[in-house]
Amino acid sequence: MIQTDILIIGAGPCGLFTVFEAGLLKLKCHLIDALPQIGGQLSEIYPKKPIYDIPGYPSILAGDLVKNLEEQIAPFNPTYTLGERAEKIEKTGDKEYTLTTNRGTIIKAPVIAIAGGLGCFEPRKPPIEGIADYEDRGVDYMVKDPEKFRDKKILIAGGGDSALDWTIELAKVAAEVTLIHRRTSFRGALDSVDKVMALAEAKKVNLYTEAQAIGVKGGDQLQEVVIKSKSLGEFSRPVDNFIPLFGLTPKLGPISEWGLNIQRSAVEVNTEDYSTNVPGIYAIGDINTYPGKLKLILCGFHEGTLMVQSAFKYIYPDQKLSFKYTTVTGVPSA
Amino acid sequence: MTEDNNIEITVTDREGKLHKLEAPTDMNFNLMEILKSYELPVEGTCGGMALCASCHCYVNSDHDLSEPSEDEEDMLDSAFFVEDNSRLSCQIKMSPEVDGLDVTLAPVSE
Repeated sequence: MIQTDILIIGAGPCGLFTVFEAGLLKLKCHLIDALPQIGGQLSEIYPKKPIYDIPGYPSILAGDLVKNLEEQIAPFNPTYTLGERAEKIEKTGDKEYTLTTNRGTIIKAPVIAIAGGLGCFEPRKPPIEGIADYEDRGVDYMVKDPEKFRDKKILIAGGGDSALDWTIELAKVAAEVTLIHRRTSFRGALDSVDKVMALAEAKKVNLYTEAQAIGVKGGDQLQEVVIKSKSLGEFSRPVDNFIPLFGLTPKLGPISEWGLNIQRSAVEVNTEDYSTNVPGIYAIGDINTYPGKLKLILCGFHEGTLMVQSAFKYIYPDQKLSFKYTTVTGVPSA
Repeated sequence: MTEDNNIEITVTDREGKLHKLEAPTDMNFNLMEILKSYELPVEGTCGGMALCASCHCYVNSDHDLSEPSEDEEDMLDSAFFVEDNSRLSCQIKMSPEVDGLDVTLAPVSE
């Protein structure tokens, strides 16, 4: 069990900087993120893209901003739970929330700050009719244990690194591996592309390019995937497992079930302190909405800064809070 | 072109409903931004960097658009129901050359 002052859901730029502002008030933070690394969208979607509207930086790569933030908050010793999704929040005391992750980690805190950005990154699911009925009955959106696919007939769809890598790995254990991709060229690492081509040449992998999955068929379990190919037209392929690997996309996820006022996939807040309709729960950064909202990193920094002032007063209603400039008091050294 | 030098764009939404949009060409907008400003159901999650495929559309008219970049093609790989006329709308610049453009929003997954 983990105990902290402010539990921050989402380790993107806004969540990270909030640790700094909380630290100045001597409030401890724990961050949780569904992704295995910190940085949110900046790390997951565009680490190599320059950002031009961070005050004081004419240009900074998204990945470098994350690194700098990590360094900036290090003196306050934040703790992390990464690769786990915030699943359930319960009020377990006067000023105590208990959060449980999808992997059973339990974190207790008087204040929760939702800095969830666009939501949790989840596998992109193809809009194929009936595919949801076969989830875990033949349709898998990720490979956790290759052994699950031993001696099975596998169809993988996608053209990126994960599709290529799993084609190579599963070809070692599966009875049959078929890879379909909508183009003739792949965007994965060259080495992986060469390996897959060699496997296809040696007839160890069935490769269909310029082809897409358009249908699924079966009974209790998935039995066939319908493929539309440019050269071969529409045909069915018998399979035990269909693994679509089309990258990750953000979804609001469990946040929508926590009793918060939600408007168009965003959490409504009071702009005085970015509090939600639930006392002790705040929402900052891209996840919140209010009149005039702009989804900018710099706005998220501001929101987190005001939020921790309110959080302090909520946790310690009898203590006086005096505002100090960091140039006067400094910060703890790392 | 309209009287105030806006171009006109026809959009078929996912319910098959037609929308006539007007777009200025002097403000560096792309089609995704115009679709969003008309509150059409386009996510544009990445903000127009060709990094998320959430603004996938089909181009029905035979406008001479610039070829998709390698980045755009890579991103289309993670979209669904991609056809020969698939594009990411964020990569279509609003210019006089695309006046009369006719597009259909591609299906989205749940």
